[in-house]
Amino acid sequence: MLCQECRKRPANVHVTRITNGRRTELHLCQECARERGQPEFVVEPQFPIQSFLAGLLDPGAPPFIKLPAPASCAYCGLTYQEFARSGRLGCSSCYERFGERLDPVLRRIHGSSHHGGKVPTRSGGAVRLRRNLQELREALARAVQAEEFEKAAQLRDEIRNLEKELG
Amino acid sequence: MIPVALSPDVTRRALSRWMEAKGPDGDTVISSRVRLARNLTGLPFPQAQTPEQAAEVVRKVEAALASPEAAKAGLGEWGLVRLAELPWLDRAVLVEKHLISPNLAQNTETGAVVIGAGETLSIMINEEDHIRIQCLYAGLQLDEALRLASRVDDVLEARLPYAFAEKFGYLTACPTNVGTGMRASVLVHLPALVINNQVGRVLSTVVKLGFLVRGLYGEGTEAVGNIFQISNQVTLGPSETETVENLRNVVVEIINQERQARQALLQEMRDQIADKVGRAHGILLYGHIFSSQEAMQLLSDLRLGVELGLIKGIDRTALNELLVAIRPGFLQKQAGRELDAMERDTKRAEVIRAKLRPGRSPGTAER
Repeated sequence: MLCQECRKRPANVHVTRITNGRRTELHLCQECARERGQPEFVVEPQFPIQSFLAGLLDPGAPPFIKLPAPASCAYCGLTYQEFARSGRLGCSSCYERFGERLDPVLRRIHGSSHHGGKVPTRSGGAVRLRRNLQELREALARAVQAEEFEKAAQLRDEIRNLEKELG
Repeated sequence: MIPVALSPDVTRRALSRWMEAKGPDGDTVISSRVRLARNLTGLPFPQAQTPEQAAEVVRKVEAALASPEAAKAGLGEWGLVRLAELPWLDRAVLVEKHLISPNLAQNTETGAVVIGAGETLSIMINEEDHIRIQCLYAGLQLDEALRLASRVDDVLEARLPYAFAEKFGYLTACPTNVGTGMRASVLVHLPALVINNQVGRVLSTVVKLGFLVRGLYGEGTEAVGNIFQISNQVTLGPSETETVENLRNVVVEIINQERQARQALLQEMRDQIADKVGRAHGILLYGHIFSSQEAMQLLSDLRLGVELGLIKGIDRTALNELLVAIRPGFLQKQAGRELDAMERDTKRAEVIRAKLRPGRSPGTAER
């Protein structure tokens, strides 16, 4: 529907005016509505049935509180809509691009959104170090608890070295 | 690994190493498989890449396998073939032998496959993901399959930049594979649970525990010949070893149920079961026309008879080999030409008779 005032832009402000029991409706674009000043009663744009359906079909976001969809992957150009349709991502950068939206999808499929398995030697070098670090810190806590101070000192040195390596 | 041309035997013979009779728990478990999905960084996933990019993936994988490090890893001989170079019958046979997926068989534009000696290992290139490493073993040997797959994975990773993220793990085209990229699956033969109508109950429990149950040829296929495929669904969260451990526990429970059901059948209805498997044996030996469906059912009955000790002189390897040898692609490959449905059914009966006949007692010889 076009704005009743300018007849150029789409009408997205719907004004219902009730004067002396008589009801009039106005459908305006944002600009024209602003020019006319504050309307008495603004009805939000019609309930978007399509987006409600999309919300149900798209497990990426709960309906009504959808995050603004990231436009498209900078590397391969895949849009989130295309992904939702095909269920396939276009490249590894898509995971970064759509990461936030993927999180709930992945939790729904796998019950988790964090990898707990193998880490490749080369591409996962830093990841491996961080995992080691975590394990060493836990071991240190255990050693301190058990009052094994010699072992704890040794672990502390290892942790320091690893932290240096990680920068 | 040592590169050689793909042996023509791969599509000429039905026998692969996974069919060997000595697989652990071979009375109920036909084979175990582990598949790892991997992608390379800096290239779009296969469905979004150009033919040039796809060719680059094939070249890169080939080079990584031909590297000195790969040779040191001692993975044996292998052959690489582009699907474009394979006639459709050969592609069909590779699918029937579980060496490639039906999906890859159709990708004659960019698809390729690496097949290792003994056909224990195959690497699909440009399937849904750039790389899919598959290891197939006889019986219940998930750990062995995972170990080999992981070694091949290390060899490839030494040379290839993998798409990996700390949070999501190995990145795959489909979010259902992300994380470990691993699908572990086991083919089980459950005739007794089908006969006593318990199979639905058992398998629905398996599904509730988060595992997938499918037919012999994976996704979207029906269970024929009482053979079911059980596989993990979750790839994100648990580690590879945890997943394999969980799957094995579930399969062991299924096996126990099947064995109990078999013993119950033997005790309570021995004559009926002996009659059923004996008839199947007779029909297989003397029939001349078998549809695939009928052959699979009769072979399932025969297998049950062999496992229960009611039928002697037939070994498990022959039965496993027949699972492939009676498939339409293989029959036509053997015939060296396209066969219509009737010709296939006749040829199928011939193959079965030949396989079950030699060395039999005089009682079951030619009519």
